[in-house]
Amino acid sequence: MSIDVHQLDAGAWISVNDSREVSVSNLWRLARQEFCGCEMADFLAEGFVEVGVDTRAIEARIAGQCIACGASGVTDWLAVGRVLDGEFRPVVPESVHIPCRRSRLARPASLE
Amino acid sequence: MSTNVEGWKDEVYGEEIREHLFEFAEEGWESIPDDEHDAWFERFKWWGLYHQRNGQESYFMMRIGTPNGVLEPGQLEVVADIADEYARGPADNPEFGGAYCDWTTRQSIQLHWIRIEDVPEIFDKLEANGLSTMQACGDSWRNIVGCPVAGKDKHEHVDAWPVAEQLHEEFKGNDAYENLPRKWKVSVTGCDEGCGQGDINDLAFEPARKEIDGEETMGFNVRVGGGLSRKEPRFARDIDVFCTPEDAPKVSAGMSALFRDHGDRDDRFNARIKFLVDEWGTEKIRNTLQEEYVEYELPSAGDDLREQYTYNAGRQDEHGDHIGVHEQPDGNYYVGLNVMVGRMGVDDVRELASLADEYGSGEVRLTQRQNVIVTDVPEGSLDAFLDEPLLEDYSPDPHPFMRGSIACTGTEFCSLSIVETKNRQVRYARWLKENVELPAGIQDFHIHLSGCTASCAQPQIADISLRGMKTRKDGEPVEAFDIGLGGGLGEDPHFADWIAMRVAADEVPGYIRNVLAAYEDESGEESFREFIAARDEEELEALAEPEETDYADPYMHNTKMTWYPYADEDEMDDRPTPARADGTPITADD
Ligand code: HEM
Ligand code: SF4
Ligand SMILES: [Zn+2]
Repeated sequence: MSIDVHQLDAGAWISVNDSREVSVSNLWRLARQEFCGCEMADFLAEGFVEVGVDTRAIEARIAGQCIACGASGVTDWLAVGRVLDGEFRPVVPESVHIPCRRSRLARPASLE
Repeated sequence: MSTNVEGWKDEVYGEEIREHLFEFAEEGWESIPDDEHDAWFERFKWWGLYHQRNGQESYFMMRIGTPNGVLEPGQLEVVADIADEYARGPADNPEFGGAYCDWTTRQSIQLHWIRIEDVPEIFDKLEANGLSTMQACGDSWRNIVGCPVAGKDKHEHVDAWPVAEQLHEEFKGNDAYENLPRKWKVSVTGCDEGCGQGDINDLAFEPARKEIDGEETMGFNVRVGGGLSRKEPRFARDIDVFCTPEDAPKVSAGMSALFRDHGDRDDRFNARIKFLVDEWGTEKIRNTLQEEYVEYELPSAGDDLREQYTYNAGRQDEHGDHIGVHEQPDGNYYVGLNVMVGRMGVDDVRELASLADEYGSGEVRLTQRQNVIVTDVPEGSLDAFLDEPLLEDYSPDPHPFMRGSIACTGTEFCSLSIVETKNRQVRYARWLKENVELPAGIQDFHIHLSGCTASCAQPQIADISLRGMKTRKDGEPVEAFDIGLGGGLGEDPHFADWIAMRVAADEVPGYIRNVLAAYEDESGEESFREFIAARDEEELEALAEPEETDYADPYMHNTKMTWYPYADEDEMDDRPTPARADGTPITADD
């Protein structure tokens, strides 16, 4: 089954199969990350810069800021959810996430 | 590789979107195929319809582009009637009621809670009265902005209104420029006050004079590549071109074709022409324009009038806006009225339209500071007009904190937002007015509040810039702002310096009070803007602290998590959306 993902409205949200699924303005806890010097980044998502699919996992690089230390920029790849039985299951942003240097993208992330 | 959006645009874009839109309207919201939502919503923007944020599915924001902010006699009443009938949602706004109009920072009008089923009727009413939503959003020529009193201003050197009007006629609905890589924002200024805000537009015409064939000619210097969005603000850059009012359409056609052909269609984040100007430099922009896009020899730039600019210039001796009573060259007067955060309930809009008819010519104009202007009031009618009760709420002589406030849409409707904006800004202004004495000599004090980095409220060109953020208070996430100081336009425009970061929203008024107190203590003759400019970052950071006060903020929680921040049952799961044309929610198992 093909999964269609893109970011829309200047990175405001991620669409998965034409359904609005992940939005900006959430705080994400990021561990083992290189985004900033914090042990655990408290990351405000301000815009989705790139999105991609790895089989069923939806991944994104997110522009934003760590509200603990103030560092701002774009994260490495983060899993934002998966598609199971045709349905999108989001991850819980406030639980701990580990960004990956490279995406194992099955196909290139499409911008927008 | 090209983006999804470019792919959708290749299939259907521009004027032809209308017939599809009308078909969907006829058959109802549910007729838009589920797997085509993204493509159609992207395309609908071209016709001024922007799908509202998460939780508000099936409702649209509708933008009406009024070139130069000019509403001809009769048009405002039509807008009020449309807002009253069609722009009502499932919940009211506690400050503004059930139906209202927003005057935007680009002299346009925004309505919310619009149903696709109503669009054909709305378009009929608009178009029968010379109004349109065409290209109000989307990737093409946006509403053309300029001095809101063009043609009625004693400071004018070139009448910019016919130029703006001509560009509007020529480039709205013009196939050649209907599909650009990104939005295209144009400003035309004819006065020596600089109130067209050319510096923050993609293409700016600014008043200048030049000797051509031995004759002193008034016209424009051309600047390109301004814009505030994402953390990449740019002022438009001088490309060393003078053009006469007659040649403005040729230069416009050339510049927007250059953008069409050379703008980055592979990366929407890099698409605005400001980035092409960064990459190419102004010389290459000028040469390419000359060689490939215009057929006459472009004169080099003339002498501009920038040193006379007073608009939002941070001066103490003159107001930098259009509020108040001003004489027109024909002996009549225009009266600028302050509209807090640019929003007016429909009954007030209707009353404004009728007052404009009664006392003026019926014309009303919108400013880039989200305010309104009633023009053509004869001297003999001024006093009676100024006594009208409506002017108690929309004052021609407002308190500086009211006068200087601008706020964008924010979490109420906007997908990109981080925080609540308009209602909060209204509360900030009220609190500041009650609790903070403005230091002597300050006439204007601009506070611009944007819900995110897109900067729709133009925060970077204000004395105090507020940009939506989050922070934690007692471990809990709360809405917050990054605070910048000392921005503005004028001869030497300056973007605010970001000084106090992640300040909890309820500590912002205290911070502003403390900054003003520091200014009062430490400043001599200098203006607030000069005071900020004279200090380095470290000094500015030490200037003031955020502070809790008796200001209470009802929007500290994550308002973006609600389906509508002011609903009684505001949780996402309580949303009455998507809905059918009559407002009944469509449930998943329908
Ligand atoms: C549904 C609500 C809205 C959405 C989703 C929205 C979206 C955006 C986005 C995505 C940008 C930045 C993108 C870019 O320029 O590259 C932007 C910029 C801007 N928008 Fe909005 N907007 C909304 C409402 C408004 C309102 C209410 C106003 C006016 C009050 C406005 C006026 C502007 C202006 C002036 C900019 C500045 C960009 C620049 O100068 O470069 N928008 N908007
Ligand atoms: S500045 Fe951000 S929050 Fe405000 S209207 Fe623009 S996009 Fe939305
Ligand atoms: Zn950090």
